[in-house]
Amino acid sequence: MGFITQHPVLVVSLVKIAVLLFIVMTALAYLTWLERKVIAHIQSRVGPYYVGAHGLLQPLADGLKFMFKEDVTPPVSDRLVYTLAPILALSLALTAIALIPFGPPGVQLLGQPVFIVSNVDIGLLFLFSITSIGIYGVALAGWSSNSKYSLMGGLRSSAQMISYEVSLTISVVGVLLLASSLSFNDIINGPNGQAGYWLHFIPKWNVFPQIIGFLCYLTAAVAETNRIPFDLPEAETELVAGFHTEYSSFKFAMFFMAEYANMITVACLATILFLGGWLSPFPDRWTWQLYLPGAGLILLGIYCAYDTVKTMRGIAQLQFAVVTLLALGGGAICLIPVVAKDIQGVFWFTAKILAILFFYIWMRATLPRFRYDQLMSFGWKLLLPVALANLVVTALVIVWPMLVRHG
Amino acid sequence: MSVPVVIFFVCALLAIVGAVRLILAREPIHSALSLILVMLSLAVLYLLLGAPFIAAVQILVYAGAIMVLFVFVIMLLNAGTEERTDFSKLAKYVGVPLGFFLLLEIGHWLAHSPAGAVVANGAGASGRAADTAKLSEQLFRQYLFPFEATSILILIAILGALVLARKEE
Repeated sequence: MGFITQHPVLVVSLVKIAVLLFIVMTALAYLTWLERKVIAHIQSRVGPYYVGAHGLLQPLADGLKFMFKEDVTPPVSDRLVYTLAPILALSLALTAIALIPFGPPGVQLLGQPVFIVSNVDIGLLFLFSITSIGIYGVALAGWSSNSKYSLMGGLRSSAQMISYEVSLTISVVGVLLLASSLSFNDIINGPNGQAGYWLHFIPKWNVFPQIIGFLCYLTAAVAETNRIPFDLPEAETELVAGFHTEYSSFKFAMFFMAEYANMITVACLATILFLGGWLSPFPDRWTWQLYLPGAGLILLGIYCAYDTVKTMRGIAQLQFAVVTLLALGGGAICLIPVVAKDIQGVFWFTAKILAILFFYIWMRATLPRFRYDQLMSFGWKLLLPVALANLVVTALVIVWPMLVRHG
Repeated sequence: MSVPVVIFFVCALLAIVGAVRLILAREPIHSALSLILVMLSLAVLYLLLGAPFIAAVQILVYAGAIMVLFVFVIMLLNAGTEERTDFSKLAKYVGVPLGFFLLLEIGHWLAHSPAGAVVANGAGASGRAADTAKLSEQLFRQYLFPFEATSILILIAILGALVLARKEE
């Protein structure tokens, strides 16, 4: 007990980290489900359907399968580094998520902000430094497997990540100049405190003045997370499976989870930097927006109820009835005014993240893969100059009034 | 012992272990990994000293950019394990004692000078945590010339490497 009263911040942070870890792990699992479903529907298929109603228990089944598979370590591999690589990849990906503020600092419980795990002054810089050492997971996995395909995959991926990290970082600097701060809170609220509106209805998000930066960021972010159309490190037609060819069982699952965790981080960062984070797109005077999350959940519940009665049979009907009750109950709780006020920020944040993730999945279902030389020339000859030009123009626009004033 | 002191000793130990492994490891990748461990531990020590910006830059630039290139090159060349020769006589009889002497000297200085006391207690402990705005103010106003001179020096080094690496026509 003495330790808890002596270090309240430490204990509260640990509790928050545990809760966040649980939520993120669940989100990762259901992100794979969402991805398979969305791609399936784009390609006129059904996707996972039989494990649980609408395949809702598929992530659980996949997780169990990964855990009970044989864990093969190639005898020629470097044992220590081989084991270290997936651990590094996953733990760094999860650490990055812990830096993200999911809601406004004003929402507090017992004097502690609920939705913010760590409030670092230099949040963005810290996030970039953690994601920059995330490359080691992939590079070391490729090297330590001691196999041709893995090594090629690891090399390609480190070259790609180094190249696109430059554009990624530079595309973000424009936003930092506008906010003149490195802290997430200041970036969202803008330099003058609360962000306002242009023409009374366009929210002052950085995406409008920094549209070029936003596009550069989105492109570079896809390349950083090694996803289609930039998934050359694991191009199966050329490299079997790239850097994780030799990995099996839970170690493979860790790479898999790290990839999805990185997707979530990148989406969060895009939301914070360009899309106004937890701010609502509607003006404050529209008070009905407080009830949007509750109303949305209840509509989802009504649809689920219809589906349960109409199409579900047997055990699936029971499972979907549970989903229906969860949605309706959650919706009802969200309609309570106090709750509705507190979850506003998280609701908009989640909605924006989901929109970006949907965009990524959509892209994966639509675009073919780049060739390696195309990838490199695109990154260095197009993306980097555009990001640099954006930075220079932004800096000039900010400095121009000062130059004029001082003659 | 308070939490920061525990963190300090853990990181200091990790840094020393990493530095020793860096020299003794035979596999080049293991050496590179040990160096990364040293850099990360140092970053945590900077955090303890109340310099979060320096800590983040330490990770971002050294561990995240320079060492990634090291690892990349080691992988690309597929460098084999190091072959050991005997220590040189000069290093054995002059270098090692001199190294110990240097260590003693630093320890003596830390223990007795007032500046050493500030370092040992941590700048953060004396309430002088450096914030990013002040740091950039210093860097781009007072020390602008040395800053620019250093960047030009690095640029010259890159150009030199390019010239050396270019194949003769």
